[in-house]
Amino acid sequence: MAAIDYPQQAKESLLAGIVALALTVPMMGLRTTSGQDGMVIDIRMGDAALTALGVAVGHFVISLIRQALQQRSPKETKTEKSARLKSVAIWIGWASFAFALTLPVTLNLTENLGLHDKTRYYLDIGILVLTYVMLGWGLNIVVGLAGLLDLGYVAFYAVGAYSYALIAAHFGWSFWVCLPLAGLFAAFFGVILGFPVLRLRGDYLAIVTLGFGEIVRVVLLNWYQFTGGPDGLSRIPRPDFFGLPFKRSSSEGETFHQFFGLDYSSIHRIIFLYYLIFILALITNAFTLRIRKLPVGRAWEALREDEIACRSLGLNPTNTKLTAFAIGAMFGGFAGAFFATRQGFISPESFTFIESAVILAIVVLGGMGSQIGVVIAAAVLIGGTEMFRGLEEFRMLAFGMAMVAIMVWKPRGLLANREPTVTLNGDKEAKP
Amino acid sequence: MEYFVQQLINGLALGSIYGLIAIGYTMVYGIIGMINFAHGDIFMVGAFGALIVIVGLGAVGFGGAGVLIILALLAAMLIAAVYGWALERVAYRPLRGSFRLAALISAIGMSIFLQNFVQLSQGARVKPLQPMVDGGFVVMEKGNFAVTLSYLQIIIVVTTVVLMAGFSLLIAKTPIGRAQRACEQDMKMASLLGLDVNRTISLTFVMGAALAAVAGMMFLLYYGVIDFFIGFLVGIKAFTAAVLGGIGSLPGAMLGGLLIGLIETFWSGYFTVEYKDVAAFSILVLVLIFRPTGLLGRPEVEKV
Repeated sequence: MAAIDYPQQAKESLLAGIVALALTVPMMGLRTTSGQDGMVIDIRMGDAALTALGVAVGHFVISLIRQALQQRSPKETKTEKSARLKSVAIWIGWASFAFALTLPVTLNLTENLGLHDKTRYYLDIGILVLTYVMLGWGLNIVVGLAGLLDLGYVAFYAVGAYSYALIAAHFGWSFWVCLPLAGLFAAFFGVILGFPVLRLRGDYLAIVTLGFGEIVRVVLLNWYQFTGGPDGLSRIPRPDFFGLPFKRSSSEGETFHQFFGLDYSSIHRIIFLYYLIFILALITNAFTLRIRKLPVGRAWEALREDEIACRSLGLNPTNTKLTAFAIGAMFGGFAGAFFATRQGFISPESFTFIESAVILAIVVLGGMGSQIGVVIAAAVLIGGTEMFRGLEEFRMLAFGMAMVAIMVWKPRGLLANREPTVTLNGDKEAKP
Repeated sequence: MEYFVQQLINGLALGSIYGLIAIGYTMVYGIIGMINFAHGDIFMVGAFGALIVIVGLGAVGFGGAGVLIILALLAAMLIAAVYGWALERVAYRPLRGSFRLAALISAIGMSIFLQNFVQLSQGARVKPLQPMVDGGFVVMEKGNFAVTLSYLQIIIVVTTVVLMAGFSLLIAKTPIGRAQRACEQDMKMASLLGLDVNRTISLTFVMGAALAAVAGMMFLLYYGVIDFFIGFLVGIKAFTAAVLGGIGSLPGAMLGGLLIGLIETFWSGYFTVEYKDVAAFSILVLVLIFRPTGLLGRPEVEKV
C-alpha cells in the first residue's frame, strides 16, 4: 500500500491548472462585446485566472480522493459486486416507487405543517422527472435491449405530441381516445423510418436517426398551415377525469370537484397529471419487464449481443429491430401526448436535438438495460438541474460536466445490468 | 446558366468549409472509431478565437488586413488545438477501451459543456464582424445579373486546397502520418512496436482541431456573424459529409464536404431555403442505404 505522493500530485495539478489557464485566457479573459463602433475587447483576466485556479485545486482534491478510495476499497469479485448491485437496485426500486406514489400526499401534509409552500412547484418537477423516466424507459427498449443507437428519439416524442394536439383540437375527441392514437402514429413513424435505415449499424444508424430527428423538427417548423410553424399549437384540450373536467364550473354537467364534493383547487389537475404520468411510466416499465421474457424480447437481447449469430440461427434482424423501433417509438408517442396535454402548448422549440441527447444520456448514465438506473439518472439529471434554476446560466454547463464526469467515473452507467435474462440449466453464475 | 455558375461558386466555397471540418471527424473516426461529437464545437471555438484576435489586434491599432488575417488564423489554430488536446485528454482518453456508447455520451456532454462555456464567457448575442476582404471578379455578365467570384471565396478555396495537399503529404510521407496510419490499422500492435499511441491520438485531435479552426475562421469571414451555437448544425453537416464520402478516407471527406455544400446551395437556390437541411440529410440517408460505406469508403469486413 503505497503512500500518496503529494509532490507528484501537486505537480500534476499545477500542470492541469496551466493548461486550464491556456484554455481560459483567450476565451474568458478576452470577451468580445459590441462597442460604439464595432466590436471591442473587454479584458477580464481575473475570471480566467480564478477558473484555472479552481481547476488546479479541483484536480488536486479529486485525485487525492480517488487515491484514498483506491487504497481503501477491498477487493470484490465480479459476481459479488453484481449480486450486491442487484439487491441495492431492487431496494432502490421499491423505495422510489413508494416515494413517487406518496409524493403528492407527503407534499400536501408537509405544506399543511408549514414546512414549505411550494407543493405545486415540487409536483411540477415530479411530473417533469417522471416524463423523462418514461421517455428513458421507452428509449431503453431501443438502445438498452435491442442495442440500436437512436439519436433522434425526440422525433417520436414530437410526432406523439403533435398528433395528439391536432387530433384533439380537430375532432374534439377525449384524451383517452387520442392517447392511443398518438402512440400508434408514433409507432407508424418508427416503422417508416426504421424500414430503410435499420440495415445500417452502429454509428451510421445514430447519425441517420439524428438526421431524421432534425428533418421532423424542420418540417414542423416550416409546414405552417398544418403545424403552426414556429408559433406552435396552443389551446390543446386539457385532460379530464373520465369525463369530469378540472374546472371551476362547467356548462355541460358536473366538474371534478363538484362530483367528489371538494372545494375547487387548481392543484387537483396537477395531482391528476402527476398520477397520469406515473401510471403511464409504470405501464412502460411493466411492459418492458414482461416483453424481455417473450421470444421477441429475447431476440432483441440476442441481436444486441451478436447479430451474425442471430442471423445464422434464423432470426430476421430487420423485423426484430423494426419491432423494437416501433414499440420504443410508441412509448415516445404516449409521452409526447402527455407532454402536449400537460403544457397546453407545443412548438418545435421543445423538440430539439438536445432533448434526444438528454434522453439518451439518461439511458446510458443509468446503465443500459437497467430500469432502475433510468430512474436514478433522470432524478439526478433532470431533478438536479431543476434545483439549480436559480443559477440559470450555469445549469446546462453543469449538465454537460455531469455527463462527462459520470461517464469517466462509471463508463457502464450507474447501475450496469447487462446480464442475460435467461441462462442454461438455471445457472445463475455468469461465465467469465 | 449565370445563376447556375453563381450557385456553383457559392457551393464550392461553402463545401470547402464543410470539407475542412469533415477531415477532423474522419481522422478521429479512422483512428479510434468514435464520433467526436464535440468537433463542431471546436470549430466554433476556433471561430471565436479568430474573432478575438482580429478584434483585439484591431483595437491596438494593428493595420493591414492581410497580416491580420494570417495572424488570426495562426492564433485560432493554436487556441483550437489546445482545446482539442484538452478535450481528448479529459473526455475521451479515460474512456478508451470501454464500450462505445460511453465515449459518445461523454462527447455529447463535452459538446454541451463547450457551448455553454462559450455562451457564458463570450455572451449569448451574435458577434458581427465587418467584412475584411472586399471585392471580387465579375466572371460573366448578362443583363443586370453579374456572376461574381469574390476574393474571399478564392481565399477559402485556395486555403482549403493548400491545406488538403499539405495534409495528404503529411499523412502519406512523414513519420507522424505513418504512426497515425499504423494506429488506425492495429493500435495494440503499433504500441508493441514502440509507438506512443497516446501521443499519436492526441496529435490527431490537435490536427483535426487546427483544421476546424481554419474552417471556423473562414466561416467568420464568409458570413460575418458567429454565435456560440454555430457548431451544432455545421458540425452535423460536416459529419454527414464525412459519412457521405466514406468515413476514414481523407479525399472522401473533402468530396463529401463539397457535395454537401453544393447540394445545400443548389437546393436553396432552386427550391426552398427552409428545407435545405432536410435535403442534405435526405441525401445522406439515400447514400447510406444504397452505398453504406460512403462514396470512397472501403467496405467494412465483419469478423465473427
